[in-house]
Amino acid sequence: MASFSTTATLDQPQVSRGNEGGAPPIFGGGDDGRSGPGLPDYSTRLRRARLGLLVALTPVLMLFVSFTSAYVVRQGLPTWDPRTNQLVRDWIPVKLPALLLVNTAVLLISSVGMELARRQTKSAALAAIAKPASNTSVTVEGETPWLAMTVVLGLLFLYGQWMAWKQLAASGFYVSTTPSSSFVYLLTGAHAVHLMGGIVALLSAGMFTLLHRSLMRRSIVVDVAGWYWHFMAALWVYILLLLEFAR
Amino acid sequence: MAGGTGGREAITMVSHDAHAHAAPQGFIRKYIFSLDHKVIGLQYFFLALVAVFTGMFLSLLMRIHLVWPNASIPLLGEIKPETYLSLLTMHGTIMVFFVLTTAPQGGFGNYFLPIQIGAPDIAFPVLNMLSFWTTFLGFVVLVAAFFVTGGAPLHGWTGYAPLSALPSAGPGEGLGADLWIISIAIFCIGALMGALNFITTTLDMRAKGMTLMRMPLTCWAWFITAILGLLAFGVLLSAGILLLMDRNLGTSFFVPLGTVNGVLTGHKGGSPLLWQHLFWFFGHPEVYIAILPAMGLCSQLLSVFSRKPIFGYKAMVYAIMAIGFLGFMVWGHHMFMSGMSPYSALAFSIMTMGIGVPSAIKTFNWLGTLWRGRIRFSSPMLFAIGFVSLFVVGGISGPFLAQPVLDIYLHETYFVIAHFHLIMGVASIFGIFAATYYWFPKMFGRMMNETLAKTHFWLTFVGAYAIFMPMHYYGMAAGLRRYSQGTEVAWINALAPIQKFISIAAFITIAGQFIFLINLFWSMKKGEKAADNPWEATTLEWTTATPPPHDNFGGVTPVVYTGPYEYSVPGAPKDYVMQTDAPVTAKH
Amino acid sequence: MGLVLLVVIWLITLIGSYFIIAKTWWLPVGASAAAAGIDHHFTVSYILMGGVFILAQLALGWFAWKYRDRGAASQVAAHYSHGNTKLEVVWTILTVILFVGLNLASEPIWSSERLHGASPGAVQVEVTAMQFAWYFRYAGPDGKFGATKPELEDASLGGAGALGLDSNDPASKDDVISGIMVVPVNREIEVILRSHDVIHSFFVPAMRFKQDAVPGLAIHMHFTPIQTGDYEIACAELCGLGHYKMHGIVKVVSDQEFSQWLAAREAEKQ
Repeated sequence: MASFSTTATLDQPQVSRGNEGGAPPIFGGGDDGRSGPGLPDYSTRLRRARLGLLVALTPVLMLFVSFTSAYVVRQGLPTWDPRTNQLVRDWIPVKLPALLLVNTAVLLISSVGMELARRQTKSAALAAIAKPASNTSVTVEGETPWLAMTVVLGLLFLYGQWMAWKQLAASGFYVSTTPSSSFVYLLTGAHAVHLMGGIVALLSAGMFTLLHRSLMRRSIVVDVAGWYWHFMAALWVYILLLLEFAR
Repeated sequence: MAGGTGGREAITMVSHDAHAHAAPQGFIRKYIFSLDHKVIGLQYFFLALVAVFTGMFLSLLMRIHLVWPNASIPLLGEIKPETYLSLLTMHGTIMVFFVLTTAPQGGFGNYFLPIQIGAPDIAFPVLNMLSFWTTFLGFVVLVAAFFVTGGAPLHGWTGYAPLSALPSAGPGEGLGADLWIISIAIFCIGALMGALNFITTTLDMRAKGMTLMRMPLTCWAWFITAILGLLAFGVLLSAGILLLMDRNLGTSFFVPLGTVNGVLTGHKGGSPLLWQHLFWFFGHPEVYIAILPAMGLCSQLLSVFSRKPIFGYKAMVYAIMAIGFLGFMVWGHHMFMSGMSPYSALAFSIMTMGIGVPSAIKTFNWLGTLWRGRIRFSSPMLFAIGFVSLFVVGGISGPFLAQPVLDIYLHETYFVIAHFHLIMGVASIFGIFAATYYWFPKMFGRMMNETLAKTHFWLTFVGAYAIFMPMHYYGMAAGLRRYSQGTEVAWINALAPIQKFISIAAFITIAGQFIFLINLFWSMKKGEKAADNPWEATTLEWTTATPPPHDNFGGVTPVVYTGPYEYSVPGAPKDYVMQTDAPVTAKH
Repeated sequence: MGLVLLVVIWLITLIGSYFIIAKTWWLPVGASAAAAGIDHHFTVSYILMGGVFILAQLALGWFAWKYRDRGAASQVAAHYSHGNTKLEVVWTILTVILFVGLNLASEPIWSSERLHGASPGAVQVEVTAMQFAWYFRYAGPDGKFGATKPELEDASLGGAGALGLDSNDPASKDDVISGIMVVPVNREIEVILRSHDVIHSFFVPAMRFKQDAVPGLAIHMHFTPIQTGDYEIACAELCGLGHYKMHGIVKVVSDQEFSQWLAAREAEKQ
């Protein structure tokens, strides 16, 4: 089934639409939504997506574990200076811009917003499952735009990080100035790239609303993106603590 | 299932997860951007096929150069020493990543893991499609390195810094090296996407009755291999990022104070050993990624073609897990001579001897499976038996290298090349051949030609021994690897006759691979039509049509009642019991 | 087909093993104090692992033939068994004992070679690797190696220039630099390995000695030559296009010859 050309406007069981026994029921088809003739149901898809996220977070974690390991090793490692025939260390601690604390606050608040968005979309989806008769498209009326707020705060965080980089550069610490500054740019940059990915996921969830895709699908995307977002926030706190206290 | 026409399409073609029933239409959807794990598996397989012939061609050039250094190759001219080094770098990179990590896992794993566990598809089909195209992109970027200014890098597939970090350190170390790193980074991402899919599928999509301990050993192998990949590729990616930064942003993660040809490099304080630690933390699990699927398949085939259950199924599962787990604890055995602490060397050495134990257990169990069997010598079985022989000879040189005291002498000699080629470059490849001969009927609906297959087997089996056995002797006499010529060092020059023998054996063996290629493509069109279960095997892929329909089981969800190795069950009507048949005796 | 498999596997095994047993191509005669122990451990490893190798291959070939499907002629079905846990435990334990035991047996040699530094009276030679040559430096009467500076490196000036010797450092005045490594027999030699550019590796097979030379480090190792003669050095870590021709010579001479040689080189510097 092509994933790019669906013209569906809703994703509800079709009992009232004169289904001539051809199409399978959408929800609850198959015992546990495994490989039955029907589609997997919402709870199965959600569980599967969450499992997928958990698995996906493992290599992200490994990337940062690896960076941390390189950080610790590089920090402690002496190198041979042939001019003096001695081992020397060249690690100079970097003073982090205070702006990073502001950015941290922004990210943590966005995490709160994200959680609210996640719960909101989830309860809307569950409500829609319980009341299948609705034929209209899926924007949940009167909802607070938590999702939009999260995206805005996320972008604000990234902008703040960019500003912090400029402050670092202004104080003389570029990416290659010292090994410690290299790691500051590396860790914050890698985190920012991953957060960007999270923003893209949230934006696509927003697109689903505009394109009238199924609420169920939207809620799964928001749920997974939400947990990802919290992970990114926790990862950021870890990076900040590492850079600040393991200087 | 995709009932309704015209206006009803909007209703019945629901969310994009509805691949379970409606087959795709149109060439692009069906073959290019297919979401069907079977098509994607074939795409990986054919990518690996192109890669292996490319890698083999590179090794052909290497073998010619070693014996006839002044020979002029048509269209390419004379092979200079630095070209030789580029050839070996790209040979290693292509083979390890785009053949050994692609065909067994991305190819056969994608095709058969869902079917063997009774699932209609892989967990995330769009991600699966993306993972293939990402891998493909990685291959294109890698090959592009040959064609840029300076050519392909010469730093070996292991890419040790500072050689790989300093563009001035050699030809090909400029843009070529950057492309090499970027290609590997792209590959990492593709591999991680694939690993995600395999793990989620195995954990969440098994059919009713398919408990973990009823999974075929192929599935266990794919599952554990995916976990290894999940944990290892992130570390390689991190190493690649740091190396790119050293090369292009002036950082000094890996490069200390120094000069090249008397010119200061501009770096200071970095640690070359840091690269080695990061690389080998990935690199060692990587070689288990390359071998585990073949081990799983070998177990499968020995059982099917001996008409006997695998000897010690539980032990085999635990052995796969042990190999996977221990695989993360031994990376330092690549670094005994590196300047690493000799105390660390002791620890890594003991762990490495430890990992030999589950491998030995598997070998005993394979022999135990053959024992008192009724062996049928079809071509898949020949390759499986060949696999055991090659795994033994390749594995037995491991304990030599694992002892630092012996590694002092053997490190960087051809003894090491013999070891890893026999295990990866032959045994693992035998796994790929075996898989092809075994599953070809299911994938293409036709049988491969047995005469050509057996010819291919004998040529390759004897040929591989002829190529790689002498490398042990060359290494024992201190013949060093990555030497584009042996003429400058007297003791190496004296070993030239061995190189000649190896090259000639290589020419013949390489020629023999075209028999496989011809057989493959000819049989797709003209092979004898295959029944649904030509090998009389028990696992789920043989319960379904040939080739399997889009949702694998034609709308019927399989229910599993027995384990995957119920052959020659006393009292059973046939000498095999399908996993979907009711059990003959109340077992498992 | 089973018979063919048996014959081919057995032949390969026996021919393959022959060249090891006959030592047709083998380690060169050992010329260092450590060689005897290392060579003995090679022998032990070959006997034990070789034994396993031969047994496993012979068993494989044997089973392939013995348990072939004899077609309708034989009514004996394959033996239905899921394994034998006791046997599994036994051969696992035996394998552990074999592998770990073999490893532990080699520990004393590793310990003496690598866990202990050179003794105080050892002859110090600094070995510097660079693309694509080896240089050797002796500290001279003051026993101290002079400082070097990467900025001063100029290979066209030979010896001192190649190393970037800092002539302002008083300790460098008596340093002797040579393109050939000369060492006295039966004395412990302490090598201090350095590199200017990329990783190289100092390998002398006859001495059973190998160690990577890593830029950014000065690695101390030791060996004791016990036989006079000329021994070739080869680079054993891929270092660029000239890797294959980065070789050198170790000349092991009598104590007296060594002192004379060193004195002559010192005199040249005046």
